[in-house]
Amino acid sequence: MATLSGEEGDWEHLNQTNWRGLGLTDPIKSVEDKWLLLPAFLKVKGLVKQHIESFNYFVDLDIKNIVKANNKVTSDVDPRFWLKYTDINVGFPDRTDLDAIDKSVTPHECRLRDITYSAPIHVTIQYTRGKSVVRRPNVNIGRLPIMLRSSKCVLTGKNEAQLARMTECPLDPGGYFVVKGTEKVILVQEQLSKNRIIVETDHAKGIVQASCTSSTHGGLKSKTYVATKKGKIYLRHNSIHEDIPIAIALKALGIQSDKEILLLTAGNSESYKSVFSGNLEEAAKLGIFTRHQALEFIGTRVKVNRRVIGPRRPAWEEALEALATIVLAHVPVDGLDFRAKAIFVATMTRRVLIAMDDDKMVDDRDYVGNKRLELAGQLLALLFEDLFKTFNANLKSAIDKVLKKPSRTNEFDAFNTMQFQGDHITSGFVRAISTGNWSLKRFKMERAGVTHVLSRLSFISALGMMTRISSQFEKTRKVSGPRSLQPSQWGMLCPSDTPEGEACGLVKNLALMTHITTDVEEEPIIRIAFMLGVEDISLATGTEIYSHHTFVVNVNGTIIGLTRYPTRFVSNFRKLRRAGRFSEFVSVYINHHHRTVHIASDGGRICRPMIIVEGGRSRVVSDHIALLKKLDLTFDDFLRKGLVEYLDVNEENDSYIALYEADIVPATTHLEIEPFTLLGAVAGLIPYPHHNQSPRNTYQCAMGKQAIGAIGHNQLNRIDTLLYLSVYPQQPMVKTKTIELIGYDRLPAGQNATIAVMSYSGYDIEDALILNKASLDRGYGRCQVLRKNATLIRKYPNGTFDRLADAPLDDNGQQQRKYDIIQLDGLAGVGERVDPGDVYINKQTPTNANDNSFTGQAAAVPYKNTPMTYKSPVAGNIDKVMISDTENDQTLIKVLIRQTRRPELGDKFSSRHGQKGVCGLIVNQEDMPFNDQGINPDTIMNPHGFPSRMTVGKMIELLAGKAGVLSGKLQYGTAFGGSKVEDMSRILIENGFSYGGKDMLTSGITGEPLQAYVYFGPIYYQKLKHMVMDKMHARARGPRATLTRQPTEGRSREGGLRLGEMERDCLIGYGATQLLLERLMISSDKFEVNACEECGLMGYNGWCPYCKSSKKMAQLTIPYAAKLLFQELMAMNVVPRLILDDA
Amino acid sequence: MPFKASQSLHDPRRHVGVHAEHISNVSSTDYPGHYPDEDHSWDLVKFTKDLQVKVQRLSNRSIEFDLVGVDASIANGFRRILIAEVPTVCIEHVYVFNNTSVMVDEVLAHRLGLVPLNVDPALVDMKDAVTDQATDRNTLVFRLAVACTRNKLAPNISTTNPEELYTNSEVLSSHLQWDPQGEQAVVYADNPPAPTNPNIVLVKLRPGQEVEMEMHAVKGVGKDHAKFSPVATASYRILPLIILNPEKPVPAHLATKFQECFAPGVIRVDPRTKRVSVDEKNMRKDTVSREVLRHPEFEGCVELKRVRDFFLFNIESESFYPPERLFPEAIKVMRGKIATIRKAAEALLADSDALDGEVEGGAVAETRIPREAGGEGDVIMTEA
Repeated sequence: MATLSGEEGDWEHLNQTNWRGLGLTDPIKSVEDKWLLLPAFLKVKGLVKQHIESFNYFVDLDIKNIVKANNKVTSDVDPRFWLKYTDINVGFPDRTDLDAIDKSVTPHECRLRDITYSAPIHVTIQYTRGKSVVRRPNVNIGRLPIMLRSSKCVLTGKNEAQLARMTECPLDPGGYFVVKGTEKVILVQEQLSKNRIIVETDHAKGIVQASCTSSTHGGLKSKTYVATKKGKIYLRHNSIHEDIPIAIALKALGIQSDKEILLLTAGNSESYKSVFSGNLEEAAKLGIFTRHQALEFIGTRVKVNRRVIGPRRPAWEEALEALATIVLAHVPVDGLDFRAKAIFVATMTRRVLIAMDDDKMVDDRDYVGNKRLELAGQLLALLFEDLFKTFNANLKSAIDKVLKKPSRTNEFDAFNTMQFQGDHITSGFVRAISTGNWSLKRFKMERAGVTHVLSRLSFISALGMMTRISSQFEKTRKVSGPRSLQPSQWGMLCPSDTPEGEACGLVKNLALMTHITTDVEEEPIIRIAFMLGVEDISLATGTEIYSHHTFVVNVNGTIIGLTRYPTRFVSNFRKLRRAGRFSEFVSVYINHHHRTVHIASDGGRICRPMIIVEGGRSRVVSDHIALLKKLDLTFDDFLRKGLVEYLDVNEENDSYIALYEADIVPATTHLEIEPFTLLGAVAGLIPYPHHNQSPRNTYQCAMGKQAIGAIGHNQLNRIDTLLYLSVYPQQPMVKTKTIELIGYDRLPAGQNATIAVMSYSGYDIEDALILNKASLDRGYGRCQVLRKNATLIRKYPNGTFDRLADAPLDDNGQQQRKYDIIQLDGLAGVGERVDPGDVYINKQTPTNANDNSFTGQAAAVPYKNTPMTYKSPVAGNIDKVMISDTENDQTLIKVLIRQTRRPELGDKFSSRHGQKGVCGLIVNQEDMPFNDQGINPDTIMNPHGFPSRMTVGKMIELLAGKAGVLSGKLQYGTAFGGSKVEDMSRILIENGFSYGGKDMLTSGITGEPLQAYVYFGPIYYQKLKHMVMDKMHARARGPRATLTRQPTEGRSREGGLRLGEMERDCLIGYGATQLLLERLMISSDKFEVNACEECGLMGYNGWCPYCKSSKKMAQLTIPYAAKLLFQELMAMNVVPRLILDDA
Repeated sequence: MPFKASQSLHDPRRHVGVHAEHISNVSSTDYPGHYPDEDHSWDLVKFTKDLQVKVQRLSNRSIEFDLVGVDASIANGFRRILIAEVPTVCIEHVYVFNNTSVMVDEVLAHRLGLVPLNVDPALVDMKDAVTDQATDRNTLVFRLAVACTRNKLAPNISTTNPEELYTNSEVLSSHLQWDPQGEQAVVYADNPPAPTNPNIVLVKLRPGQEVEMEMHAVKGVGKDHAKFSPVATASYRILPLIILNPEKPVPAHLATKFQECFAPGVIRVDPRTKRVSVDEKNMRKDTVSREVLRHPEFEGCVELKRVRDFFLFNIESESFYPPERLFPEAIKVMRGKIATIRKAAEALLADSDALDGEVEGGAVAETRIPREAGGEGDVIMTEA
């Protein structure tokens, strides 16, 4: 008995709650609220941080590397002279005005004053002056535009109150530049990864090719192919005229014996050997057996950059240099040791052989793991390198010029020359960023449209722009591959957010939790790999490389060695990474198809964090989350403790990731943090997107950017070209987690409208909406449109200047009506109403402003009026008048004119589900249907909008919104989660409503109940920027183009409405000749000409200058354009003759 | 002899059927010619006998009453008039002298317009549409001059509460100052014009900001702009009716579930027998959520109906009028309309030419509708 009770005691002990209130037998609790990792992540990384991090990398590290690589300037004239850059630093943005006392500058001031937010670049130089060496620190060589919120920006690390003092919005993401007052974004550029082998087949041409774009730091980019041609394999490169048979190429690379070539390419498998044997024969046929012969062969085919000096080199030397430095430049060649390069070429050949054998063993260009994203930092680095080299070249020639002079009065000081180098670097940066043209001859780079003006239509459009990725693909090509959704995009790129039309699928957006890597030094990584047992590749032969148990280890595409225990190697490597021994952004994965291990440390890879799962359990447990909630842990702590790690696309595809904790099986390696992070910031606004048809989410992504709302907390201090603001923005009743994370609830763009889904009046067909007039009276959908009007008060080179004048008096001594609002300073008063035609800046310009010979008194010159007049057909109000001056001391005047608009017939609205519609009718409140509580809808939406669109998410939004209103809580519609329909229905029932959200309505017109129940409740509606007021246009008479005398085109020029070709066809078909004549000539450009019946040429005043007679002149009416055509033809020596006949 | 309709709520002719997916019999049938052999022509005696008005609840700002025995069109007519045609006085013109607040002039003016004023519309004339002349009979002048300053006496320096830190940090409706014009000081002596609610925040100010403006309030109607509507809402619902089927009683074990399908208090469950019954007095409390129709186990147990001519009115006043005065005001407007039509109809009868010849032109020209009555008369006349 005693033993038994003892045993029982043991069991009891186990059953006791023994650890933090948990017993062994308790069920394992799942990690609640692990989504909290997301805000923690967004604090340190993500969304816009990649731009900032990339810029920081450039400014803090890369710029130093560039200078180190180009640090010496010497003179051809004086060999004793040298100048060396020993250090470079980018300062903080400051004011360039010379007389400024306070040098500090804010980005907002730059926006307002149309100046560039830039910081000086300081270098430390050492140079020879006479016989001594001089060191000069802090030499300014130019100014670099500074990315907002980067490490050099004054906004970094400021709290909300400090930001408010700098009139900056705390929710503004930063990551853009302010150049000449405009906000410019350098979009993320998508490219194929560098230094990796890509194997492709062309079935039509029967070609298999392996290509590799080499790119070394600061070096040239070149592409090398190993491709088949008529069953044989050749090496192709831009700098070699002809394709080189692969056996010759390998021989030239130092693999002389055929046996070795065969081993390194085909290995020991018979099938590959037989396919490859032809190549060896070809080399033999061409009589090339030795390395020297091969080099000679190649050398005669190399394109040589003829240098002026030096004797002509033998062909084999040319070949050697080309092979060492140009072909596959990224593979290092140390002291003519071509072994590594030979193995690389052999590997490419082998990949071709494999692909020839098996169609499926090719790579996918569109696979996200094969892409690299180029960010602002990299582009700026390229630009800086180019500018710096040019700067040095200019400096050198300037120094040479001085040194060339035989006698100098004082000792030559290179510093002085440097000071007179102008602003090449400054203007180079400003020009590139403001035009978006990255044309760097040095790197054969010619790219246009790299930068874009940051769209400030709404907060979301600005944010959306920061996450945008543009592809290098041509938009016109009709290939579907690069445009279609790639499975590997999961979690990295948003599946919904892409534009429609020509850029569809080529412009992408980052998902919420992505990060883009920056370069990590690879030498230490290689050392670690060797420490973990990798055998050096140069010691291996083909037999070992391709034996069944060996895996080739690659670092950033270069082959470094072999391992026989890939799994162990990879897991050890990962352990070191999780322990923080090297950067968390270094990825490692096994490719089982090619039996390789890839380690990647290069920049531009997309990666995202994931929870590590070990032994079937998530490493992150509730306690960690509790600490996170208390702010005791940050995201970096999670990384450091090895609880989460970053996976790039390649490593992600080598992992077994559970979506939910319940899905974890023993093989699972990782756990998703939160599934809704697979959407981007813009798609994250949609409630219940997982219930919608997918194109609807895409449409909303496009429309969310056009919604009028709040732009930023500094919106009333901004003077933008065009600014749309909502008067009463509301945060949505149905939120998502994303909305809270990006701050959309604080800068919303829309209102919670009460919607009745029913048919009403027939003015709601084709998605038109019915609006309640009383709602509009009370402020629903009201918005403001602010337009900037700027002018410069110039000082001219001849000493004259523009001036402002008070309102002039007319002959009767009366002030003209249009000058009503002009005050004594010549500017309109703030708050005044501006009617069409009113003058708001009464500027006067000297009549001889461009006359450079003028030398008289500037004050005495005559002036002409050049006022700014208000052109819009609808009156506005003066919102702001700003007087400032620009960088080159011209006075700048900006006048902001505001219109406050209430919704009218034809204004566009949209819900958050890609359901747009225009207002079709505005109905009085008493005519609107009402429910038992007496609630009228703000908007009536036609139910036909639902069946074909299948936007079930919108229906659930209504249900959740209604439940939220009734329970006094905001509901969540987060993707793959959110408030459940069942719970919403329960709330409705508890509050006396029907479970389905359908109410019994009474007609406001008859007073009788409606025969159907109506889906009724709040839905978040956005007012879009397209308003009839800006679009409506008609004309009876108006301006004509000078050249053709036809009516002008377009609303802005008060143009006519074109009767186009198709309309013309209709009229011809119908036989309405007189109408045709009237439309195309009489109402357009009719012109009376005199034509001579004799010669058929046109004359004037009844006189034919050709026949010198007035006898046979006839008058006829033709379009002026026809007359013009005749004259133009005559100018080209073609004589059009009019053959006249009586009609 | 007029047909004598049943007074009972259970008269099926008075019922609107409430079904799971639709509503039946929404229109009334008690008009002449619908039922053969029944005389449904209108009869004042019968109407006065059937008509019931009973106030159920009256508070400061709202009233609930029953209106029984009228057609939906009449009840709806009153509802529409309450919303759109009972005149009130509201700020219409705002003259801004200074406004350095963050809110732009138009928006602030819009907000000022929506402030309900405590002015008896009977004392104000409608502004003449043609001359648009402002006089002391048709316009009230208000002034607003508020400047925000730092409160030097702020008790607690560390506070962030703007009300402690600054004076006039909020412009409230109580800041509106009435400026009597002409004889207005006498006319409005008993009840000086002011906003009905002194606590409406119009705009928030911070030190250095100020607003100064003059406002003109005029009389108008809700169909012109919602600010003139005297009600927050005026609406009705028709009386819900729950008819239990004696053939198929609700099973005892489901009694509570059945009870919970309705609003609290509507269904009684006998604590002992678990028999369900309808509390006739509380039936009006039901919200007609149709929850009971969702459960198959209650199929056939109950029929949901609503009484077509039993209107439960709910009017929330948001103006000068106390809630109980609103309905009589609506009747007054209605009577004015009727008088107009009557006058026009009589003129039509008197002018025999008009009957034969130029109906439209002649009739309308002679019976010009006074502006107060609105356009409704015009429509009827042109159709006559």
